[in-house]
Formats: sequence, C-alpha cells, structure tokens
Amino acid sequence: MAVRVQREPFDIGAEVARLIAGRTDIGAVVTFSGLVRDVNDGRRVTAIWLEHYPGMTEEELARVEAEAQLRWPLQASLVMHRYGKLSPGETIVLVVTASAHRQAAFEAAEFLMDYLKTRAPFWKKEEMGAQGGQWVEARQSDDAAAARWDRR
Amino acid sequence: MRVMTVKLCYFAWVRERVGKGEEVVELPEGIGSVADLVAWLRSRGPEYAAAFQRADVIRAAIDRTHVKPTAAIAGAREIAFFPPVTGG
Repeated sequence: MAVRVQREPFDIGAEVARLIAGRTDIGAVVTFSGLVRDVNDGRRVTAIWLEHYPGMTEEELARVEAEAQLRWPLQASLVMHRYGKLSPGETIVLVVTASAHRQAAFEAAEFLMDYLKTRAPFWKKEEMGAQGGQWVEARQSDDAAAARWDRR
Repeated sequence: MRVMTVKLCYFAWVRERVGKGEEVVELPEGIGSVADLVAWLRSRGPEYAAAFQRADVIRAAIDRTHVKPTAAIAGAREIAFFPPVTGG
C-alpha cells in the first residue's frame, strides 16, 4: 500500500516488479497508466503543467487508497502521480492493484482512478505554444464516473 | 469573540487571479462558514472579486480535507481555495 507524488518520470515495469517481489499470494495484477495527449478538445497541446497541493495531495490519495482497501480484498496497491511540466507521451499517473483474483484488481483499479480524478488536488494547465496556456476544465463525465461507486 | 488568524492557500487560476499562493489573514467577527469567508474575500479588492466571482465553482479544503461551503471554519489552521480538480 503506497502513494507517491513526484516530479521525476518512473518506470512502470520496475514499479510493478517491486510491488509484487517475493509475493506468492497474488494471482492478479492490474495496472492503469495515464499519459499526456498532444490533442485535447481539438487543441494542439505542446506540454502540460501539473500543479498540486503538497501535503493534501498525499493525504487525499492515501484516503482514496484506504477506501479501495475497505471495498476489495487487495494484497497490494500503488498510486503514483507526477507534477510539474510534462510532454506528450509522458506518463502522468500510475495505479497498480494486486489481488488473489482478477475481478477485485480490475474493479479496484477503476475505482482508484475514478476517485482520484475527482478528489486528488491536481490542476492541469495546457501549454499551446505561442498561443499561451489554458487551465483544463473539470469534466462532468468524471463526476459521473466517480458517482457510480457511491451507490455500492 | 476573539479575532481568528488563519492561513489561506490558493491554487491554479484562483492563485493566478489573487496574485499569490498563500497569505495569513485576520478574520473579522461574524465569519462562521466557508461561504462567509468567500463573501468576505470578494470584498477585499478587484483581484479577489475576479478570483471568487464564480463562487459556485470554487472548491475548498480545511486543514487539507475537502469541505462544503456550509462547513464551519472555527479552529481551522489552513483553508485552501481552488477550482475543481483535474488530475489523473
């Protein structure tokens, strides 16, 4: 069970290997990684700037991870999120869930992403070359995705 | 009622419009909720009025926990204001 917030890039394979090293009780590992796209809502994006709330970010991600632990039988989990300047193609976020069976791992990974997108205090600003920068607006579809877990 | 001193933090476009990331303020009497605090901030100058113009989209956290506009601020050490989050 771990949460990490950092500026530096990370190696997804190495993170997964470290999480499950020496474990023989894990039957399923699900990883989700989110990348920077070069187009958003029809605009060409040259880079993004991710601002966050140091301190609250780690606490909120830990609260979301603890909630996933309550809902699913997870043997291990990892949530990593970057901040600062990122270029298209770079990984922003990584969620890894490990369980005895795949269903819990799949569902918990989806839950973690849906919840962190509406709760973790990060804000994206898109850089569009000479046209300057623009803060990304929150999507209602993200709220809807998170809300469907409330009914369970 | 004694004067309340609190640290305020601003993020993303709220920070840009206010023109600073954080400040320590002394609140006058009668400010009981987050919504009261937003109304008071709006009266502090044009930069605050611009930052808090769309009060319905501003989110708040007290001591690093999300709260609603109706939340009481008594005892708060750090209150943050920001737009809806867009991470992930």
